[in-house]
Amino acid sequence: MSTPTPTLTTRFVVPHHGTLPARATKIAVAGLSFYYGRAQALQNISLEIPERMVMAFIGPSGCGKTTFLRTLNRMNDVIPGTRVEGNVSIDGQDIYAPGADVVELRRKVGMVFQKSNPFPKSIFDNVAYGLKINRITSGKSELEGRVEEALKDAALWSEVKDRLKSSALGLSGGQQQRLCIARALAIRPEVILMDEPASALDPIATSKIEELIVDLKKQYTIVIVTHNMQQAARVSDLTAFFLLGKLIEVNSTEKVFTAPDEKLTEDYITGRFG
Amino acid sequence: MEVHRHLDEELDALRATVLRLGGEAEAALVRAMHALTERDTAAAREVLEHDDDIDQLEVEVDRQCVDIFALRQPAARDLRFVMSVAKMAPVLERIADHACNIARAAVDLNTEPELKDHSRLRQMGRIASSMLGGALDAFTKNDAMAAREVIKRDVEINDLYNQIFHDLIEMMAKEPATATRDARLLFVAKHLERIGDYVTDICELTVYMAEAAIIKHMH
Amino acid sequence: MTTLTALCTFVAVGILVIILSYIAMSGISALSLRFLVDTPRPVGEGGGIGNAIVGSALLLLLSCVVGLPLGIATGVYLSEFGGGVFASVVRFLVDTLTGIPSIVTGVFVYALVVLRMSHFSAFAGGIALALIMIPIVARTTEEMIKLVPHSLREGALALGAPQWRVTMGVVIPAAASGIATGAMLAIARVSGETAPLLFTAFGSRFFPRNLNEPIASLTVQIYNYAISPYDEWHAQAWAATLVLMTLILSINLVVRFLTRKKF
Repeated sequence: MSTPTPTLTTRFVVPHHGTLPARATKIAVAGLSFYYGRAQALQNISLEIPERMVMAFIGPSGCGKTTFLRTLNRMNDVIPGTRVEGNVSIDGQDIYAPGADVVELRRKVGMVFQKSNPFPKSIFDNVAYGLKINRITSGKSELEGRVEEALKDAALWSEVKDRLKSSALGLSGGQQQRLCIARALAIRPEVILMDEPASALDPIATSKIEELIVDLKKQYTIVIVTHNMQQAARVSDLTAFFLLGKLIEVNSTEKVFTAPDEKLTEDYITGRFG
Repeated sequence: MEVHRHLDEELDALRATVLRLGGEAEAALVRAMHALTERDTAAAREVLEHDDDIDQLEVEVDRQCVDIFALRQPAARDLRFVMSVAKMAPVLERIADHACNIARAAVDLNTEPELKDHSRLRQMGRIASSMLGGALDAFTKNDAMAAREVIKRDVEINDLYNQIFHDLIEMMAKEPATATRDARLLFVAKHLERIGDYVTDICELTVYMAEAAIIKHMH
Repeated sequence: MTTLTALCTFVAVGILVIILSYIAMSGISALSLRFLVDTPRPVGEGGGIGNAIVGSALLLLLSCVVGLPLGIATGVYLSEFGGGVFASVVRFLVDTLTGIPSIVTGVFVYALVVLRMSHFSAFAGGIALALIMIPIVARTTEEMIKLVPHSLREGALALGAPQWRVTMGVVIPAAASGIATGAMLAIARVSGETAPLLFTAFGSRFFPRNLNEPIASLTVQIYNYAISPYDEWHAQAWAATLVLMTLILSINLVVRFLTRKKF
């Protein structure tokens, strides 16, 4: 068997295991700077996110990790007065190019938020929403099939299959968050962005979501922002550490948590600064 | 921005405990060799009596390590430190055990008339305790280079052991009457040689702790 | 502290109860089925408020048809695109309009519609009531839509919904019960208006045939009966008041039922 050509990921050493398996780049960020009005929130970030892996963004509050996450699906566009410099490309296409289709981008790049935000509709209608507005399915049975598939992928089907028409707001917090994940999965994105998806959940619900993430990475590229370092250690293959709007280090998760390259990273991980 | 953490206090306490253990092991070795070469049976008995204390220290290190792992989830250099200490403690305890064996041999040998020139054995003992001292020093200072230097000296101990081995085998063939004595001396040499290996293990752990490099089985 | 607030509550509720019971007691004597379906007749011959009830219903319907869509649309505009200078101007105008005395609105519609058409009509009455309704509905709609959590909008946007879809399909349905409450408030308010109708719908003694003619309404009828010198008509005024109060109460109950929280 020939050795694979060094891709992005084979540059990352996993201590005592060699390198990460070879993967192509899904999202390429080059020289990204982001401004809220005159305040600069991100400074010259360059990063490549490989496909079908989990990359965790860690860093103290206000370091820019959520802002950066939201630039990847242009969710910051809705905030007035923001400005982007630099390049973000997905599958080689610049998503900030003039005339780029934002709706199509958001179909490809789904998002799960910190506080679950199901619509005040039925469970079925929540999951079907994305399918309906994007006119993805034709016909009732196809729609129902996709909804069932999404709920199964989100490990929620068995809990809700008998009450699909009941209100989504009647579910528990953990179930609501899995519903939001199902809603995002229904339109079959390629990338899933997660902004502290389990921070509002109890430990059991959290571990269900984490198990789900590890399952999902077989099919999807996942980027997760978390302030919980143990969570980053548990679910991610790669970890990126941000501080004051700068990217300090990107490495395999094993390396970051046993022997990071940068002292700042080590200080943060060992709790030597808040 | 250094922040005072409870973990730092616990890590310091752990370091203190393992260094006490190291100090006790070093003292046991020096005392045991003294008992042998200066025919000081009282010193030998001291070594044997102290061994329980040393065992307790090892248990204490174990307990502290488990607590830190369970309650603090140490990461990066803290993780490597606690891992290394947890593996170092049993090694130090075994060094002390070998010192006990040397002390026991000294008790027996001191009941018989003085034999001969222990110069090589003495030299082995000196190198071993100097290596142990150097290893503990390198550990305290988190100095991987110093640790590597200590490892290099293991060759000297092995060479001395081979020489003593040949000499004593020859002696045992030539003078069967003193064979028991010679055998005991050979075992002492063996204990010292094992101590040299254990000190090498400690140095490898120090290198891992300081540099995250595993150099076991690589020399 | 608790006793003080409880006391105040009793007083406030008590006043309301007193008013309602006084109306009920005063009006119950003239109330009959005949009264409810008959048209007004000269004194001494009985008569009723049948046409007034129908007229009020029609005027309310007209004003809703015109006023609710315009008011809700304005409210949606103000909340979703309310950042700019133009929106601030609109908001200011809307706030001013809520404060205009209803008689002024009536005179305005009189000048603009009635004089143009050279006769009173139900249309004019409906327009006058709509003009009163629009600012109220617009402001409450805006407030209710603002209460919809931003996270709901983001959730829809993240699924690839364009802004208009988010507004129509997620935000407005989520604010629906609040918007309906606002509409109900406006309806309850205009159903009690008398002054503007005096200049626009004017009044009539017959059942309405088409909307291009003057039309009777409960409020105007009550006014006419109340200022008359006849006891019989005073009694009928009380009865009509009771009917009006009952109708308003029913509207309240119906809307509450329809907008009960299903989700």
